[in-house]
Amino acid sequence: MTDQVIDVTGLRRVYGGGFEAVRGVSFGVGRGELFALLGTNGAGKTSTMELLEGLAAPAGGRVRVLGHDPYTERSAVRPRIGVMLQEGGFPAELTVTETVRMWAGCTCGARPPAEALEIVGLGKRAGVRVKQLSGGEKRRLDLAMALIGRPEVLFLDEPTTGLDAEGRRETWELVRALRDDGTTVLLTTHYLEEAEELADRLAILHEGRIAAEGSVADVVAAQPSHVSFDLPEGYFVGDLPPLAALGVSGHEIAGRRVRLRTHELQRAATGLLLWARDARVELGALDVRAASLEEAFLRIARDSEQAGTEDERAGTEEMAV
Amino acid sequence: MSTVAVTTTPAGRMRALARAELTLLGRSKGTLFAAMFVPFVLPFSMRQAATGMDLKGTGLSLGTVVLPSALGFSLLFAVYATLTGVYVARREELVLKRLRTGELRDTEILAGAALPSVTIGIVQCLVLSAGCAVLLDTGAPSAPHLVVLGIAAGLVMFAALAAVTGSFSRSTESAQVMSMPLIFVSMIGSGLFIPFEVMPDKVAAVCELLPLSSVIELIRGGWAGHLSTGDALGALATAVAWTLLSVFAVRRWFRWEPRH
Repeated sequence: MTDQVIDVTGLRRVYGGGFEAVRGVSFGVGRGELFALLGTNGAGKTSTMELLEGLAAPAGGRVRVLGHDPYTERSAVRPRIGVMLQEGGFPAELTVTETVRMWAGCTCGARPPAEALEIVGLGKRAGVRVKQLSGGEKRRLDLAMALIGRPEVLFLDEPTTGLDAEGRRETWELVRALRDDGTTVLLTTHYLEEAEELADRLAILHEGRIAAEGSVADVVAAQPSHVSFDLPEGYFVGDLPPLAALGVSGHEIAGRRVRLRTHELQRAATGLLLWARDARVELGALDVRAASLEEAFLRIARDSEQAGTEDERAGTEEMAV
Repeated sequence: MSTVAVTTTPAGRMRALARAELTLLGRSKGTLFAAMFVPFVLPFSMRQAATGMDLKGTGLSLGTVVLPSALGFSLLFAVYATLTGVYVARREELVLKRLRTGELRDTEILAGAALPSVTIGIVQCLVLSAGCAVLLDTGAPSAPHLVVLGIAAGLVMFAALAAVTGSFSRSTESAQVMSMPLIFVSMIGSGLFIPFEVMPDKVAAVCELLPLSSVIELIRGGWAGHLSTGDALGALATAVAWTLLSVFAVRRWFRWEPRH
């Protein structure tokens, strides 16, 4: 398991217009591991994936996939990886079987086309033209093609976008089964649930940089939990027991709504509820919420927005001087 | 039942791609019609014009005027125009991008996609040559090697020029427009309607430098046997230069993905 299958250091990608989509990304993925790149649209997920797939040369930094540079040593890497792009790329007028057969003819150790289609549940649509497939079916076709050569490393760029809830579950089960068979998987997604469900480890990308990285538990543990409630009439925050003693690290007030931030959720909630019982008051709309990946994700987006406005402000001040 | 290959070879990969392209060509009726019938219809109109030409002292006959032109039309319509559309359609559908994620090398992608059109071009050249031999009494070429070299250079050159033209077109519709200039210039200037031998010398000297000109000259010269060794080498050098130039242009300018 210590065998690094994907090794990325200081990766940068700059587009023609000078836009820097990837700004110094580093991470590693071990054999048999499922690593998720999480991020909002435009965070740099696909730009990073394309560098790892060897579709473009990085502007800076280093990529190794199975010990090789995927761009300059394409022929050493390609037979051992499977790629699912974010958007199909199938001729509209070919049937599903014709499309897969063409791809099988170009892939080492390819499964028979019918088998590949069966795996992703497209067997019944084999004779249909690609242009008549639904968005979800096209995603399955793409997955079938990525799997056809029994790859050691699988790159999945938003594999479940456009799938319904059931289709998403089925894809998750399939990806998990592949991982259990020893396939290393790198996937991007903007569905937090997908990352929580599948990823051994993940990185949250934001504006071309990694904002958080680790197992789901690691990333979540770094985030505070929250207790929110409406203060009863006639009570003020000062009437609550000393917040620091409850393990509360910070709080926000909006009208009567109070939101406490804590890394010791049980202690804070217990203290607060005991106080409410003793004071014989009702805490309205009480919400006790453990930290979640969603919180982490939103917080990263919010924090960097604030950082962004501060940067702008600093810029204006400089201008004023 | 297809067999499972443990490893793939360049030939096998290109065959798989060409098979898919051939299927697609068969389903695109308009393209197929233009590729299959135009090169057979145009030579008939040529024949009328050629009958009225003064060919005395040129070493040419009706047959050796019409035949190279017919092969020229085949290169322009079956190979060049068809392939320009194919490359653009595959790029805009993101097919080229997808193919590049696999084991195919870049040249294999371009060559594999070109194979059906190039094969149609070769078959047309054979059929037109046989047809002219019988109907216009051209007989067998007097220097077959020049004919073969001319056709081979023409196929590579126009496949590569199609890829270059495709790089400057954003849709299959604009590809049709973008391929027009070279088709017209070739038809007028490369001796398809008027052989160089019939043109004024100065005009002929310039027109002989056009891409298709050297190909036509090699085919016509190879058939009629009127080219001196020096002229044959000159035409050959021009053909090789254009072939290398067009291949270089592909390496330099070919677009694999749509513009954002």
